[in-house]
Amino acid sequence: MSTATALKSKTGTDVNWQALCTWADLVEFSGVAAWLETETGPAQVALFYIPGYETELFAVDNHDPLGKANVIARGIIGDVKGEPVVASPLYKQHYRLKDGRCVEDDSVKLRTWPVRFDGDQVMVKLSH
Amino acid sequence: MSKQRLIVIGNGMVGHHMVEQLIERNATERFDIIVFGEERHRAYDRVHLSEYFAGRDAQSLAMCDADFYAANGIELRLNEAVTAIDRDASQVISDQGTYSYDRLVLATGSYPFVPPIPGGDRPNCLVYRTLDDLDAIRAAAENANTGVVVGGGLLGLEAANALRGLNLDTAVVEFAPRLMPMQVDTEGGELLREKIEDLGVQVLTGRATQEIVDGETSFHRMVFQDDKVLETDLIVFSAGIRPRDELARDCKLELGERGGIVIDDKCLTSDPAILAIGECALWNNSIFGLVAPGYQMAKVAVDTLTEGETTFRGADMSTKLKLMGVDVGAIGDAHGDRSPSARMFRYLDEIKQEYRKLVVSSDGKKLLGAMLVGDNSYYDTLMQYYSNGLELPADPASLILPSSEGAPTLGPDALPDTASICSCHNVTKGAICAAIDAGAADLAAVKGETKASTGCGGCAALLKSVVDSELEARGVEVDQSICEHFAHTRQELYSIVRVEGIKTFSELIKKHGHGLGCDICKPAVASILASCFNEPITNAAHVPLQDTNDTFMANMQKNGTYSIVPRIPGGEITPDKLLVLGQVGKKYDLYTKITGGQRIDLFGARLEQLPDIWQELIDAGFETGHAYGKSLRTVKSCVGSTWCRYGVQDSVGMAIQLENRYKGLRSPHKIKFAVSGCTRECAEAQSKDVGVIATENGWNLYVCGNGGMRPRHAELLATDLDDETLVKYIDRFLMFYVRTADRLQRTSVWRENLEGGLDYIKDVVINDSLGLAEDLESQMQTVIDNYECEWANAIKDPEKLKRFRSFVNDQRPDPDIIVTEERGQLRPA
Ligand code: SRM
Ligand SMILES: Cc1cc2nc3c(=O)[nH]c(=O)nc-3n(C[C@H](O)[C@H](O)[C@H](O)COP(=O)(O)OP(=O)(O)OC[C@H]3O[C@@H](n4cnc5c(N)ncnc54)[C@H](O)[C@@H]3O)c2cc1C
Ligand code: SF4
Ligand code: FES
Repeated sequence: MSTATALKSKTGTDVNWQALCTWADLVEFSGVAAWLETETGPAQVALFYIPGYETELFAVDNHDPLGKANVIARGIIGDVKGEPVVASPLYKQHYRLKDGRCVEDDSVKLRTWPVRFDGDQVMVKLSH
Repeated sequence: MSKQRLIVIGNGMVGHHMVEQLIERNATERFDIIVFGEERHRAYDRVHLSEYFAGRDAQSLAMCDADFYAANGIELRLNEAVTAIDRDASQVISDQGTYSYDRLVLATGSYPFVPPIPGGDRPNCLVYRTLDDLDAIRAAAENANTGVVVGGGLLGLEAANALRGLNLDTAVVEFAPRLMPMQVDTEGGELLREKIEDLGVQVLTGRATQEIVDGETSFHRMVFQDDKVLETDLIVFSAGIRPRDELARDCKLELGERGGIVIDDKCLTSDPAILAIGECALWNNSIFGLVAPGYQMAKVAVDTLTEGETTFRGADMSTKLKLMGVDVGAIGDAHGDRSPSARMFRYLDEIKQEYRKLVVSSDGKKLLGAMLVGDNSYYDTLMQYYSNGLELPADPASLILPSSEGAPTLGPDALPDTASICSCHNVTKGAICAAIDAGAADLAAVKGETKASTGCGGCAALLKSVVDSELEARGVEVDQSICEHFAHTRQELYSIVRVEGIKTFSELIKKHGHGLGCDICKPAVASILASCFNEPITNAAHVPLQDTNDTFMANMQKNGTYSIVPRIPGGEITPDKLLVLGQVGKKYDLYTKITGGQRIDLFGARLEQLPDIWQELIDAGFETGHAYGKSLRTVKSCVGSTWCRYGVQDSVGMAIQLENRYKGLRSPHKIKFAVSGCTRECAEAQSKDVGVIATENGWNLYVCGNGGMRPRHAELLATDLDDETLVKYIDRFLMFYVRTADRLQRTSVWRENLEGGLDYIKDVVINDSLGLAEDLESQMQTVIDNYECEWANAIKDPEKLKRFRSFVNDQRPDPDIIVTEERGQLRPA
């Protein structure tokens, strides 16, 4: 249960970093979804893993605001002019993995979270 | 030089856009900037405000990151309203302090107008403009059963839809005799009313509310001019907007007669230290209640502040929208009341509920305006005629007749240089030609140079056609590279893969491309690899290349759930298997439908349910139907000689044989077959990629037919074939297509682009003119030999099944998948 993970990380050193899953849960060059407990309630996070790339891990909102469904983790990742992106599986808009911006529509943006490995754990930082 | 102080009042969409422009032009080097926002949220996307009710939160509607202002050295003071401007002292005053300015920008937007009705200020009488308004509506709706929107304009209908979404019995009360009086006329309004009433929303037009008092059965009672009454728990006013000009009024800036802060072409107010932009500004006696003109003003204002030259020249108010799923479009003088001598054309289809109207100059040559209800697909072409002043065809009515009547389409060369291609960024065809002449050699370069198609994206197709045709006209070979990651066509990549024996995407991109790849090249390469080697697409190396449908071997539906189509070869199924499908559908509560391809689709499975469902289907002897793949779909059959009194061959038997032979073959696009038992053609084989029709002596083989968007009859390739030759020819035909077609090109389009046409295909397939026949056949045999049901393969591998978790750290299902019952089955709510 994600609440259990949330509790565990709260007893850790930095209360803002939550362990979401382990390295083995990730899919190379693709995404998985995980629950994150935030102050405003649970949020669905899409975690992308690009081994060997300059940034290996990205965490963005799993909700596709244009397709209006929780599917971002199931998109194809790639790059647009060197900028890493995920293509929504519904209507194929591209969202930048670094800041969540939609390439096709400036006014649309996914939430993003800082994310890192801590040993085998995938840690996500609650942002405000 | 010390910095000047710039103050922006209002952190709405336009105020924020201005800040972005200031940053882009490095104006932060000359200005210290303070922005005041009265709302507690930083600027958010008001245009998509209603999506707040559909699940988006303030965070995702925000126009920038929380630290954007601070990171750029700009002070953002939210939750702080400016209460006065002291022009003599050059100061603005809020309840928290006094701030000096050198330059001041008013971007205060507008407020919803609430008609002065006695009782209009009762509790649960609300408006629809801000996030806080929506929170209030949501809270009030908790204890309400019914809701009324006062105002049947664009925003009113949007609000009504929101109330409907909150499960209130909803009514719209409009003062004018029809809905959306600004955009549509009587006929259009009538149609709109019918459509909206069909959605269960009550529509009352021609009603003026006199007062609102305590209700008897509900919280409020609205009393109308004719003493009729309507009871409701909740009222939302949406009776128009008024500019927020109170600060300007108090400090004696010039205002319009009916409000609005007067600005000139440089967005300057009557005080040259002060500018105004967005919905609070009045230019040439007009307020622009849309966001695009506001953005243009913001750009001009930044230019004015930095001694630039650009001016605001007004904006076109044509709109195309979808309200409660109903298309409405209005272009220019849609009512025809600005040009008395204008002539009208109208088209009304009461069955399909479509209405279109053209307003044409008296000489019939120019389009002055247009109105669309029910189908906006006519909008783009009409907009071109309107905004570019193009000469209309001899019979203008052809432009609004149903498409089958063959309305002349506008080719890119028919457009004059002044034609506006991208209205978001004001890019003309001339500007595009100039960019190309200055060296922009492809679409991306033209986009970068002109910014065309980087706004709403609505002009993308038009832009591409203009760029392609201009490049071609200049003798430039249009770049056919599959995408930015490979300088190769699909056909070239195919040869590379085959010749070098490359088996993974990562190897291919390392040797012949660059970057990470993208959603264009990855699936295309995955398909090529599958056509060549047919390894399971669920192998770790191939998984990240697939579109979601292939990844999860099911078809994604609009709410993120999936549909499941087991293979039913030739459409033949035993009663026992039918029972299993019924049981599975029932057990997992799946919506069940017979498809147009003679099989059964089970809809609404959540990701994590797919493996369990497939386990049951596989146990009952089913295989995957590849409804998700660019691969063989179905081989449709008619009942044929085994039952039919006219049948001359066993069409079902042949269909099953063919379906089992080619199932799992991945190709540039999907492939469909049919086999008919005699010339009556009950299986519609002549509309398929491969069509087989029985004759007294064997089979006639048809190829390259298509249903779908652009139907095409298949052509006869060979006649009276025996079973063996039939299969051999199909092997060759399909593999030749797989090798040479473009990505996502059906056989019909491939055939039309193939030099030499059908004769060339005959030569290759029948006469083996390229000496390829053996190669093609053996490659097909490889694919067939390597076939394995992908689902059967995945189900036995726990590593692969890990992929089918909705969430990796939790079992709970996605709470946003909400269903409702219709005709005894579940469907997305
Ligand atoms: C389920 C089904 C409709 C139904 O309820 O009957 C269907 C559903 C879809 N069709 Fe279809 N088509 C279905 C039969 C057809 C047919 C009829 C036929 O096969 O005899 C046609 C016209 C024949 C043809 O293709 O030539 C057809 C022409 C299309 C097209 C247009 C293709 C074209 O070349 O113009 C698309 C869009 C595309 O492929 O790009 C499409 C795309 C789709 C997609 C994949 C759209 C999407 O991306 O979501 C739908 C998803 C299916 C799903 O979620 O399961 N579907 N579609 C039918 C499935 C048949 C099956 O058993 O596999
Ligand atoms: C539900 C809805 C749907 C819409 N749909 C569309 C659409 O489809 N297409 C389209 O083009 N437009 C649409 N609009 C209109 C569009 O949102 C507006 O044109 C746009 O937001 C105007 O931007 P603005 O910055 O001028 O005003 P606003 O976005 O209203 O921003 C003004 C801001 O200034 C603040 N403010 C005012 N006075 C003060 C003060 N004294 N001190 C501090 N702050 C102050 C206000 O609180 C407000 O936050 C829609 C509007 C709504 C409400
Ligand atoms: S195509 Fe011919 S054989 Fe097949 S069902 Fe129709 S009439 Fe009978
Ligand atoms: S018209 Fe909106 S991007 Fe071109």
